[in-house]
Amino acid sequence: MSDRIFGGIGLVLAVIFAWQASIIQESFLTDAVGPKMFPYIIAAVMGLASIYFLLKPDPEPDWPRGGRLVEIIFAALVMLAYSQALPELGFVIATAITASYLTWRLGSRPLESLAIGIGTSVGIYVVFRLLLGLSLARGPFGF
Amino acid sequence: MELMSNLADGFAVAFTWQNLALALMGCFLGTIMGALPGLGPSNGVAILIPLAFTLGLGATPSLILLTSVYYGAMYGGRISSILLNIPGDEPAMMTCLDGYPMAQQGRAGEALALSGIASFVGAFFATCGLVLLAPQLVKVALLFGPAEYFALFALAFATLGGISSTNQAKSAFAAALGLGLAMIGVDTQTGVPRFTFGEVHLYDGIDFLVAIVGLFALSEVFIFLEHRGTDRDISTKPKMEIGRIVPSWSLIRSCIPTMGRTTVLGFIAGVLPGAGASLGSFISYSMEKRLVDRDGTFGKGDPRGVAAPEAGNNAAAGGALVPMLALGVPGSGTTAVLLAVLLALNITPGPLLFTQNPDVVWGLIAALFIGNFMLLAMNIPMVGLFTRVLLVPPRILMPIVAMISFVGIYGISGSSFDLMVMVGFGILGWGLRKLDVPLVPVILGTLLGNEMEVNFRRAVNIADGDYSVLISSPLTILLWTVAAVGFVLPILVGGLVRRRMRMARDAKGGVRD
Repeated sequence: MSDRIFGGIGLVLAVIFAWQASIIQESFLTDAVGPKMFPYIIAAVMGLASIYFLLKPDPEPDWPRGGRLVEIIFAALVMLAYSQALPELGFVIATAITASYLTWRLGSRPLESLAIGIGTSVGIYVVFRLLLGLSLARGPFGF
Repeated sequence: MELMSNLADGFAVAFTWQNLALALMGCFLGTIMGALPGLGPSNGVAILIPLAFTLGLGATPSLILLTSVYYGAMYGGRISSILLNIPGDEPAMMTCLDGYPMAQQGRAGEALALSGIASFVGAFFATCGLVLLAPQLVKVALLFGPAEYFALFALAFATLGGISSTNQAKSAFAAALGLGLAMIGVDTQTGVPRFTFGEVHLYDGIDFLVAIVGLFALSEVFIFLEHRGTDRDISTKPKMEIGRIVPSWSLIRSCIPTMGRTTVLGFIAGVLPGAGASLGSFISYSMEKRLVDRDGTFGKGDPRGVAAPEAGNNAAAGGALVPMLALGVPGSGTTAVLLAVLLALNITPGPLLFTQNPDVVWGLIAALFIGNFMLLAMNIPMVGLFTRVLLVPPRILMPIVAMISFVGIYGISGSSFDLMVMVGFGILGWGLRKLDVPLVPVILGTLLGNEMEVNFRRAVNIADGDYSVLISSPLTILLWTVAAVGFVLPILVGGLVRRRMRMARDAKGGVRD
């Protein structure tokens, strides 16, 4: 069933891709092939592969049960929030929070995770900023 | 003797203190990454590309650093195979068959040292083969026009899944997905934006480094989140005694014929499109088993069963560099990542690389030789240290991997948008892995998409819009034929090869349980 759904999504994706290719604004200075042809070929390959999934799906993969799926979605959300917070909070604080969250979810005890998170963050800061001189995000406190 | 002088120039490039230090650091980091559960050559190198890039290293030094990491990771992969019976990556699977039983008999140290020596032999002679073969291939490649290149790219995608590929439709889908992602951004030939949805951030296209790090490194973090506390969690395995670490000379000598044969076989498997390192180690092991296993000791801790796949695997890794450097078309996942390294440094691999940037090519080849000796020297005495790395639990390791990925990508662009795209790729990579869709074609598609389209359009434009030019010359017809055969063959015989590989593993599983 998963493969059928995947095939359906793939087919929709291929159609959207072809449609988006068809509305590309061509400039008056164009070559014999134009910017649309190659995307059409890609859309065709994608569409054909998707139709194959619909007709001959593989055995069902081992999807995680509800709780674990929420776990993954939450981790992704935290990472997205981290991407946004990085310039606001500065590298050290934002990273310490995110790393703590991740190690906690991967099975560390709460207090332990706080220590691991701070350790990870400070460790990366020392190695990459102080030793190697990489530019990391600077927050209101300059680190 | 032009070859020798080229090679001497290469060594002159590589023998600076900075480059030697980078090679040493790369070998060390690479071995650790290879040994760590959940990090292999591809994601190890993937995480480090943006870092090498932002550190402002020149082309040759970064290449030296990253290829040392690559070779180191190939060495390190065997450590978890032997000690934990968990292969770090697919080619290391065959090493488990005899390596783990040896470890159970208390001969882990010997197995590790022997596999180190076998890796060295395989990699060393494969690098020699690379030196001899790549310039010859360059001569052929100079005959290639745009139509031939277009066919060659198609060939690379068609054979990427390899002979043991499970589902060719999924490889094709993955390739199309990658190529489609490469189309995003301003069209290089006519300057019109494509698939940008008016979003300014997308005008430059999606940086392939963002895609690579997201797909390879972040998806691994999600996989670990999913499997926490289940039997696939590695931290629950028992600890293993190492034993003596210096193998006796008679043991090494008994393995020399095995190493010689499997090195040749592995190298050929690496050069051929679509075979790659996993097939290299697999056929090496099966051939040796058939040739020398008279007492039925293979699979029960025979040292030759450790030497064979390791020599084959590392020889194949060296062989895979031949098409990557000479044609600019990688044949495996890790070489695809190395191609990303070159592209990130603004170097276009292919025949012209040998004439335009000889210092890069020969410096790299010299670095491979140096790295090899360093790895051998490092691995035998320090193997105890590397095994301790296995004790780092994933719950600490994985957040570090994630955070370093963010640091690398942020260092390149300093934009939150790229970071969010990377998280998106991480989720995408997790989903695709669950559905058994290979990630390497996606990467290769984003890397080569624009180049492939340019060749396609150039060929047709030169012929005034006549599409038949794509299959007009004998060379294009040959390439398309090989591509078609390479795509169809796994559908016909892939099941058989996979069954054999599984059978070899199950037969051994019986001994273990």
